[in-house]
Amino acid sequence: MLKIFTLFGDWVSYSILGLSEESRVGAAVQFFADDTTKIFFLLTIMIYLISFLRAGLDTDKIRHYLNGKSRFAGYTLASGFGAITPFCSCSSIPLFLGFTSARIPLGITMAFLITSPMINEVAILLLGSLFGIKFTILYVATGLSAGILGGIFIDLIGAEKYLMPIGRKAADFAADETKSHIQTGKIQKSLNIKKRHDFALEEFKTIFKRVWIWVIVGVGIGSFLHGFIPDGFIESKLGSGSWWSVPAAVLLGIPLYSNASGIIPIAQSLLAKGLPMGTTLALMMSVVGASLPEFTMLRQVMKPKLLLIFFAMLLVFFTIAGWIFNLIF
Amino acid sequence: MKIEVLGGGCANCAKLYKSVEEAVKTMGITAEILKVEDYDKIIEYGITSTPAIAIDGKVMSTGKVLKPAEVQSLLEA
Repeated sequence: MLKIFTLFGDWVSYSILGLSEESRVGAAVQFFADDTTKIFFLLTIMIYLISFLRAGLDTDKIRHYLNGKSRFAGYTLASGFGAITPFCSCSSIPLFLGFTSARIPLGITMAFLITSPMINEVAILLLGSLFGIKFTILYVATGLSAGILGGIFIDLIGAEKYLMPIGRKAADFAADETKSHIQTGKIQKSLNIKKRHDFALEEFKTIFKRVWIWVIVGVGIGSFLHGFIPDGFIESKLGSGSWWSVPAAVLLGIPLYSNASGIIPIAQSLLAKGLPMGTTLALMMSVVGASLPEFTMLRQVMKPKLLLIFFAMLLVFFTIAGWIFNLIF
Repeated sequence: MKIEVLGGGCANCAKLYKSVEEAVKTMGITAEILKVEDYDKIIEYGITSTPAIAIDGKVMSTGKVLKPAEVQSLLEA
């Protein structure tokens, strides 16, 4: 079904612009036209569909649901919820404060905040269509594990000791028995098909507006890689033989920040050019999961020491995951 | 009527503030519109996502950038 985009790409590059199939520019342009249209098409459908299904699930409900759950259930559920909730870095702090005030353990809150930027339905469905089911499952499993293990780690090191005053205040709120339930006057509307449609349409416009430029940039870089890097090049330099390529990829991902949708076309090209699966995965996770905007936000509730430990933990996790997958595949 | 727009100061919070201003103007009511960016105050409202709107101290909307029309229906309720 997606072949139509390849044909479109061929048409634009070889028929309209008259470029040669063997030329680098021709290949790059074909890839660009093919991938951008394909991704925009998929994005449109996916965002709408998922938002339609997801309407009515908000973080207040999630907090209510997580409240009082046992530790093990908590980490798993929080990771899962994080995976299906769209991420906005400006909401990291209210979420952190809101969850903590409601007596949700720090680790469980962090499990949510770890998976939220890394996994979103849009990215999953893009991955599925472009990379196939195997890679997608790997990515999701790694993301969820990062959330669960990260959450456990945070609680193990007693992170409450390393909160900024505002974070401490939230934790104290939780300890204060007189402030047991968070009441809001929010109007809980019941949802019907029309409301779901309206929500889905709004979400589509919002998310698409946020994401489209990343897709263009991502596919642009991917096109360059596709057309101008020879097939064996990456494999010869960074093939599975070199163990250091994984931590290098993870480190490279730190200063780079991209929406999950933007990094996918780039990763697609790298994989096609021979970058090992684990290394590609490690790079993707690092770009999306260890992002400067989110960390700048978290800096306001976490003391530098905690932030650093948290950061390092993520990097170590991504590296190990990368190594494991390079071994398996 | 006191309307507070809660949020840490990102672009979305500014948009919501504008929506509220417009709604109030359209409705021609008298209302005090405040921006609350200090987390020390925001935490008291017990919300989990911003931007949010509180009317006379009660949280009426969270995590959404409402359009002026939507703010209006909130105010009318």
